[in-house]
Amino acid sequence: MMRFSPFSSRLSTKNPLTTASLSPGQREFLTAELIHKRQVRITRSMLLVLLLALWELAARFDWIDSFIFSSPTMIIQCFWSMAKDGSLFLHTGVTLMETILSFLLVVSISLASALLLWSSRALSEILEPYLVMLNSLPKSALAPLLIVWLGNNTRTIIVAAVSVALFGSILTLHTGFSQTDPDKIKLIDSLGGTKKDVLIKVLLPSSIPLIISNMKVNIGLCLVGVIIGEFLSSRAGLGYLITYGSQTFSCGNILI
Amino acid sequence: MEPKLEVCGISYSYHSLEGETPALTNISFTAETGEFLAVVGPSGCGKSTLLSLLCGLAEPESGSILIDDRPLSEAKDTIGYMLQKDHLFEWRSILSNVSLGLEIQKRLNADSRSQLLQMLKTYGLDQFQDKRPSQLSGGMRQRAALIRTLALKPDLLLLDEPFSALDYQTRLSVCDDISSIIRKTHKTAILVTHDLSEAISVADRIIVLSARPATVKTIIPVVFSGDERCALSPMERRNAPEFSYYFNLIWKELKGNDEV
Repeated sequence: MMRFSPFSSRLSTKNPLTTASLSPGQREFLTAELIHKRQVRITRSMLLVLLLALWELAARFDWIDSFIFSSPTMIIQCFWSMAKDGSLFLHTGVTLMETILSFLLVVSISLASALLLWSSRALSEILEPYLVMLNSLPKSALAPLLIVWLGNNTRTIIVAAVSVALFGSILTLHTGFSQTDPDKIKLIDSLGGTKKDVLIKVLLPSSIPLIISNMKVNIGLCLVGVIIGEFLSSRAGLGYLITYGSQTFSCGNILI
Repeated sequence: MEPKLEVCGISYSYHSLEGETPALTNISFTAETGEFLAVVGPSGCGKSTLLSLLCGLAEPESGSILIDDRPLSEAKDTIGYMLQKDHLFEWRSILSNVSLGLEIQKRLNADSRSQLLQMLKTYGLDQFQDKRPSQLSGGMRQRAALIRTLALKPDLLLLDEPFSALDYQTRLSVCDDISSIIRKTHKTAILVTHDLSEAISVADRIIVLSARPATVKTIIPVVFSGDERCALSPMERRNAPEFSYYFNLIWKELKGNDEV
């Protein structure tokens, strides 16, 4: 049986309007829905074009100072020149590598610690205030300290990025883990399972959506952390590029 | 005949920082092999606590529980516990859901797997063994949960309001299904329920508990004429003339609690 909601019919046929078995009312509904979607898409892109055009015009007619505010064409020119000499890819690549490395570190460390906290009620109660405190610390303010401790190198950047994302991630995962349905745990107990069975059969599979959404947040935070780290100590990377750009007043660089 | 289950004077209290809540006091009863017992009582009287104690999820503070004359701690693997909701895991197929217990107890092999498939076939779920739980109806899910419990081959089944999450119509038919499955396999079963008619329609004896802290108020044997060897299905029992008599009897017993 085919149900005529816009979603299932869109799944079952490529173009709902050509399906012969549609009633006139359903056809009308689908056409209206299609027009609505097209309108949203067109208006959305028009808005972007409009804003860019406004920016460009404002810069051209000196309503704003293009030296400070730059302009879309200047940014594109800058982008081209950097793409040509390859420096853009070098810096992006470095930042990407650092972000991925710190992301992997955050995911593995936070999963391990959240599981540890879940497995011991005493431990989680002891450590909770410390975690909250560490999480609310302004980590970017710690970055200069990290340079003193670890030196002016990639390690500092990674540690800065990890410290930005880690504690929030541990707290989120631990909260999620401790909200596992107690009845499901009771089920495993009644089947003769141990805490390890609860972990493998219930906790991890049921937490996969949580873990994935947590990862999404983490990759953003890691990027922020890496750039903060690069602001302060680096010879390459997007953060370095931004600092360099701001010192040489080439706003085009920064805005890329 | 030796009783399958012997419960002698068990008591249990919940402890919290606010204080102690006695849940059960001095509960005693026995269950013969193959007998179907129902436990009814006012809500919150500790019925579910009783089952938790019987399957060893909690230790009674006093008293003893014997299964085949052995203490409970030695006989845990002979007990199957069916919870209020089916708790089938959405990330597993039906087949791997029903094999969960075997998997945990590391008894999953070719032999037990073929028995599982046979059981799925008997209870009409063989078409659905690769489906996800959400694709099954409430009644089918409950049957799958029963197979998961039966797969461990328990001698004693504990049922904690297993039908209460279903709508009324499904509930009647699943109750029919499941009680006939239990009767056919000659398991000893203890059903906890707040539904009097459900208790009367399936049980051989009904244990009536008082309000918290629960004590055994009375134990009522349920006898239907023409029901030798439990030939009547729960639905047929509901239509029998004795049904309303037992209903009123148990209703009065429960009402008696309020006046105390």
